Amino acid sequence: MSGKPVLHYFDGRGRMESIRWLLAAAGVEFEEKFIKTAEELEKLKNDGLLMFQQIPMVEMDGMKLVQSRAILNYIATKYNLYGKDMKERALIDMYTEGVADLYEMIIQLVIVSPDEKDAKIAMIKDRTKNRYLPAFEKVLKNHGQDYLVGNKLSKADIFLTELLYCIEEVDASLLANFPLLQALKTRISNLPNVKKFLQPGGQRKPPITAKVVEEARKIFKF
Amino acid sequence: MAGKPVLHYFDGRGRMESIRWLLAAAGVEFEEKFIKCPEDLEKLKNDGLLMFQQVPMVEMDGMKLVQSRAILNYIATKYNLYGKDMKERLLIDMYTEGIIDLYEMVSHLPLTPPDQKDTKMALIRDKTKNHYFPVFEKVLKSHGQDYLVGNKLSRADIHLVELVYSVEEVDASLLADFPLLQALKTRISNLPNVKKFLQPGGQRKPPVTAKMIEEARKIFKV
Repeated sequence: MSGKPVLHYFDGRGRMESIRWLLAAAGVEFEEKFIKTAEELEKLKNDGLLMFQQIPMVEMDGMKLVQSRAILNYIATKYNLYGKDMKERALIDMYTEGVADLYEMIIQLVIVSPDEKDAKIAMIKDRTKNRYLPAFEKVLKNHGQDYLVGNKLSKADIFLTELLYCIEEVDASLLANFPLLQALKTRISNLPNVKKFLQPGGQRKPPITAKVVEEARKIFKF
Repeated sequence: MAGKPVLHYFDGRGRMESIRWLLAAAGVEFEEKFIKCPEDLEKLKNDGLLMFQQVPMVEMDGMKLVQSRAILNYIATKYNLYGKDMKERLLIDMYTEGIIDLYEMVSHLPLTPPDQKDTKMALIRDKTKNHYFPVFEKVLKSHGQDYLVGNKLSRADIHLVELVYSVEEVDASLLADFPLLQALKTRISNLPNVKKFLQPGGQRKPPVTAKMIEEARKIFKV
């Protein structure tokens, strides 16, 4: 029966976390079916529920949505977090894709080999401080508004805030020179829906541990 | 003055090619400013024209658009190649993201070290024949229409046909079991705008060569 969206993924952040953040920010309650074994993933595949044999998969509005960007675009459109017109959507997309590039570097850290890790972290720190955070700080500075686009909450604010939390987990000092980003992070975190998501008992997943990666490797065979 | 879009990239396919295809299919004439040396790229960065210090960048409608997905989304929306509603956009996004996943694998093949090439090729063959092409063949078979979504040309058809051409360049036999994909490829290629793009003198770029990679490495310092 059409009710809450159901998220199919393993019990960890991965490529589902941004979707959790967005649903939460939109005030949408959701359920999760965690994939705990390789067999459970096989069953989803064999039942024909995964268009490209991959997760994340979100059941909502009578459909089986796959591909995280497709899912995020759908949620953002449905809950008015995608700007008011084409040009605002272009800005939101540009910012979102920049966020996604840095986010991708950070989430790949858990599968990088130990001898490559230091170099990867150094690159992340450099890109964070010199490329990405300055770009977003500048956007906020230019218009002086509370949100990145159109003076209204959009998915760009949510994803950037999520990214800022991830950056903080890598190295909190990276945020030091970006007061407007820090203020955005605080503001977004204090929105009632986001606050609930972030507090203990909320559906936000903890940072990934080596144990979680090991379990995911068993399930996803990577 | 509002004129033709101007594409900033090097003279090769890379991450700009899908944008060229989409503009061409939409019947939009565009100009290209090719980055030929490191100094060209530095100038774009120093002039503040690249939000994240990266190309592709497309100047259009008074904006300096970066991030290929943002650019593609904008063009698709502007020229009505993104479906008629939220649900059609979702299907288009799901198909497009699946296409991009395979396209990335195929387009990275020339960059693969020689000792890894055979493995990569085998993976591409497997994914194409067993994972991706069957999905799209099934979509076309299930509704029997000429286009992937909504019985109307959309960006999904353009991206898929571009992918089919790329796969063909790697191994033409991979198309053998997919008659509906072959028919779509023919149909789309015969659309006047696409035909013009594909013929000699059109703005479609040739396949990557080792020489082009060498030049791009110099410019992008990778």
